[in-house]
This record gives sequence, C-alpha cells and structure tokens, in this order.
Amino acid sequence: MRFRFARLPMAFALFALVALAALPWLATPYMVDLTTKIMIMAIFALSLELLVGGTGLVSFGHAAYFGVAAYAAALLAPKYDAASLPLLFAIAVLAAGAYALVVGALVLRTRGIYFIMVTLAFAQMAYYIFHDTKVGGGSDGVYLNIKPELTILGWKPFNLDNGLHFYFFTLVLLAAVFVFLTLLLRSRFGCALAGIRVNETRMRAAGFPTYSYKLAAFVLAGMLAGVAGFLFAAKDGFVNPELLSWHQSGAVLLMVILGGAGRLHGAVVGAFALTLLQEAFASEAIFGSFAKHWQLLLGATIILAVALLPEGLTGVADEIRAWRLRRRDAGQSAGATDA
Amino acid sequence: MREVLLRATAISKTFGGLIAVDNVSLELRRGEIHALIGTNGAGKSTLINVLTGELRGANGRVELDGQDISAWPQHRRARAGLGRSYQRTNIFPGFTVFENCRLAAQAGHQRPWSLAQAAGRCAVSGGAAQRALRLAGLEGHEHRLAGIMAHGQQRQLEIAMCLATAPRVLLLDEPLAGMGAEETVRMLELLQGLQADHAILLVEHDMDAVFRVSSQVTVMVDGKVLASAAPEAIRANPAVQQAYLGGAQ
Ligand SMILES: Nc1ncnc2c1ncn2[C@@H]1O[C@H](COP(=O)(O)OP(=O)(O)OP(=O)(O)O)[C@@H](O)[C@H]1O
Ligand SMILES: [Mg+2]
Repeated sequence: MRFRFARLPMAFALFALVALAALPWLATPYMVDLTTKIMIMAIFALSLELLVGGTGLVSFGHAAYFGVAAYAAALLAPKYDAASLPLLFAIAVLAAGAYALVVGALVLRTRGIYFIMVTLAFAQMAYYIFHDTKVGGGSDGVYLNIKPELTILGWKPFNLDNGLHFYFFTLVLLAAVFVFLTLLLRSRFGCALAGIRVNETRMRAAGFPTYSYKLAAFVLAGMLAGVAGFLFAAKDGFVNPELLSWHQSGAVLLMVILGGAGRLHGAVVGAFALTLLQEAFASEAIFGSFAKHWQLLLGATIILAVALLPEGLTGVADEIRAWRLRRRDAGQSAGATDA
Repeated sequence: MREVLLRATAISKTFGGLIAVDNVSLELRRGEIHALIGTNGAGKSTLINVLTGELRGANGRVELDGQDISAWPQHRRARAGLGRSYQRTNIFPGFTVFENCRLAAQAGHQRPWSLAQAAGRCAVSGGAAQRALRLAGLEGHEHRLAGIMAHGQQRQLEIAMCLATAPRVLLLDEPLAGMGAEETVRMLELLQGLQADHAILLVEHDMDAVFRVSSQVTVMVDGKVLASAAPEAIRANPAVQQAYLGGAQ
C-alpha cells in the first residue's frame, strides 16, 4: 500500500496517546508533573486552534476564558470541604462560556487587526477586574485548598491529590477534547467554519448566518479554554491574575502558530515544543549562567522556527502533500492540452 | 401574465455623494430571462448587491413572492431562494471544486449540531453539488483545487455554486465574461433550460447573447433606468442607441 499523508494526523494521535499513557512508568515524577502542565496547555491551545485555524479568528485575549474558569473553580469551591468534581467542572466551563458569549457578541462585529485589538482589550479588562478589586483576592490570588472529588454512590474512582491520578485525568480530557474537535471540524459545522475562514462573503451569499456560526465557535472555544483553566486551578490549587494576562494569551497563540495553525495536532505539538524549549533554555544544567537570558534564546528560536517553517512544525507533511497535488494537477492539465 | 417572484420598487443606493442606483424598479417573473445592460459604473452590480442584502442602507422595497424582505439579512434572503453569482469570481480557492459546491449546497441543509456525521458524507449536499457541477459542465473536475483552475472554469464554478443552493431567483452578474465560446453557448442553453421554473436576472455586456435569450431588457445609465422593454423595442429605442448601443458597437 502506498504511504498516505492523509493518515498522518491519525497515526500521530495514536502514537502520542500510547506514549503519554506509558510515560509515568518511564519518567521521573518531575517529568510527569511537567507533562501534566503541558497537557493542560495543549487543551488550552486546542481551544484556540478552533478559532485561529478552524475559523480564521485570531484572538489575542484567549487567556481570559482560561482565567475566568480557574477563578470560578477557586472562588466557588467550598472552603472546608471537597467540591463535587462534575459540578465544579460544569460551573467553571459555563462561566468561561458565559464570558465568551458576552465578549464574542461584541468583538465578532469587528474584523482583522481590530478583532485582535478588541479581544485583547476585553481580556485586559478581565485581568484588571481580578487584579485591582477584591473579588479574587487582588494580585495575591486565591487558593483552592481541597481538590474536588468524584463520588459515585460512595465510591471514589480516583483521587486528584495523587499526581498520577491527576496525570491520567488530564490525559483523558486531552484525548476527549482532541476527538471532539476532530469530529467537529469534519462535521457540517466545521466545514462551514472553514468556509467562513476562507470567504465569509460567499458563505453569507449561499445562506449561512455567519455571525451566529462565529459566535458559536467563539463560545465553544471559550468553554474548552475553561476546561484547561479548571484543570490548572485544580492542579496547583492556586490562581492569580497572571492567568488572564496578555503574556498568557500570547503564549497560547505562539503554541498554535509554532505547532502549525490549521492542524489540530499542531496545537498539541506547539504546546509541547514551547514549554520544553522554555524549560531547556531556563535550565542551568544545559546553558549554565546564560540560562538567565532564556527569554532571549526562546525569542530567537521562535523567530527562526517561524521564518524557516511558515506552516509550523507540523506543516512540513502538509507542504509535501500540497506539492504532490499541484504536480498531479499540472500533469492532468498538460494531458488535457495535448488531447 | 407570468408570476412575479421578485419585485424591487424604487431602489436607491448612495456611496457618500455618489448615487450608484437611483430609483430603480424591476420585476422578475418565473419563466423569463430579464437582461440588465448598461455602461461600466451604471450601477448594475450595486443593484444586485442591494437585492441580495449584501449591501445595507439602501432605500426602496424588495419583495419575494409578494412578501417584503427589505429588512431581511442576506443569509435569510438566500435561504428563501435568492441566488447570485459574482462578477469577479468569488470562490473558495483552497478547496476542491466539489467542496466549493457542496459547501454552497450545505446552506440549504445546515444542521450544525449533527457533529457525528462528516460533512463529506452528507448525501443531500453532495447530491446537490454533483447535479450543479454537471449542469455547469464541470463533471470530471470534482477533485481539482478550485484556485488553480483556468479562469473560464472558475467562471463555470461560480455558476455551479449559485445553482447548488437551489435558488428560485437567479441574479447573475456577467456570468459569461471570461468564458470561452463553447462554454458561452452551453451556458446560454443552460439558462434557457432553467428559465421554465426560475426567474433570472442576467447582467451582460455581450449584446448578441442578450438579444438572443432575454424576454425583457432593462437599460441602466448612471444609476437610472433609461428604458425597460422587450428586446426588439430596446434595439429600436433611439435614446438607448445613443446612450449605449451606439457607443458600444
Ligand atoms: N463599495 C463601493 N463604495 C463606493 N463606491 C462604489 C462601491 N461599489 C460601487 N461603487 C461605485 O458605484 C458605481 C456603480 O458601480 P457598479 O459596480 O454597480 O457598476 P456596474 O454597472 O456593475 O459596472 P460594471 O459594468 O463595470 O460592472 C460606480 O461608480 C462605482 O465606482
Ligand atoms: Mg458590475
């Protein structure tokens, strides 16, 4: 059988799932903890990829929904009791979705560079609400002291205090989000979003209410960012305004671009690549005293990567496929003129 | 008298100080090809944009099947049966020819909530796309990328995408421009075939084609209707000859 590039993302996903499931038996606890953090960021990046690659909406304020969910979880959990996991999860995700609905209804009336600016402005607004008022403990943040628990008729299938359990809980959610988005992007909804990305005027002329489609995508992306935000709050048991900062919005956008916008697995690869690069450059074991300047090294590396790989890390296979399609097509039209 | 599908009454549209469409009224009947001719900048495309709701802020009234749709957004008018093609090819260049049409057809069968079914397996939109491609003469090109097809084929695709949405009223903005002689003949035959159960507005510069297929011709100059009558009467109209036909030929 001929090698099919179209199967590559599927193969990648299966391989990644197996590797991630096996990791705890091969790696140190530090690495397991780091990978948990990266998987949370991967969910966050996947949620943004629905907007950037799926719909063509470059949001520069996506941290707001991550942060709102994290704060909702920390603030609404009972102080001296374990919260119900499904309930707290639903509240956090719905809070993120509600904020995305309000923001989306307004920002989706703008386009291009204005859209980028306005999404940033709304995220900054949320940041200052948590930073400068007492609702979320100001710049000190708030703690989520007791991890939420899942209890089914008195039985507790897992315990999130256990790092390994938390690791697998995150992995299952990452896989679920990935499968959900894969199905969504193949469905009529996803194809309509792709059409809006390429040519919104034509979509409207065909009869699609494009504003409603974009708003639905925006809210969905906010809710999925909320899944990541909830996990973040539950993992470290601590949230602060920096979760909503533009650094965080920029980092997740960078993950999507570095991994390759337009491909779901790009978001996952981007989350791993950016976090691991950051870890490596900041490690004194590798870079000695120069590790102090890790941000400089990281910046230079990212500029280089984006310049050399405009389609991102995962774009290489797609570029080969597009090239083969063009070659086949050129052969066909040459044949047609001969005849 | 044949049934009026689309009626436009006293349509005006200005851009800043420029009056692009000035008090234009028009009726499109089922079974008729209504040609709209006029010099460059006469306001033909602007009129189509107002009728479809792509341009907002126009004066006048648009009725579909006797119902006032002036306040409806573009997508709602499209789903009610108003189809259009663009003067400047307006497709999805990175998608295949088939997906261009399938996506257009999907507008009539949207179901965004059915996430489990892949769009490519939607038989309704797939079938409609295949029919539209056959009508427009693009069979056999389904899997090519739309953006790298020859200009004439992209013009055919433009029509196929309009047909894929199964409209009852066709507003075609210079569909023949850029098509080869063979495709032009084919397209005119297609329009004559569609005529029976569609109302068609045909904006066109090719006078031979216009006089051959149309049953009504409206001439626009500087945003206004100069004359509207049967083709023979238009040909004989001295004002039209002076303002338009004389200069063009
Ligand atoms: N979006 C716009 N903003 C400003 N002016 C516009 C706009 N669209 C069209 N116009 C102007 O309105 C007038 C009518 O343009 P329109 O495109 O409707 O003419 P047309 O009859 O379709 O011409 P052609 O035969 O060249 O296609 C022109 O003077 C044009 O410059
Ligand atoms: Mg025009």
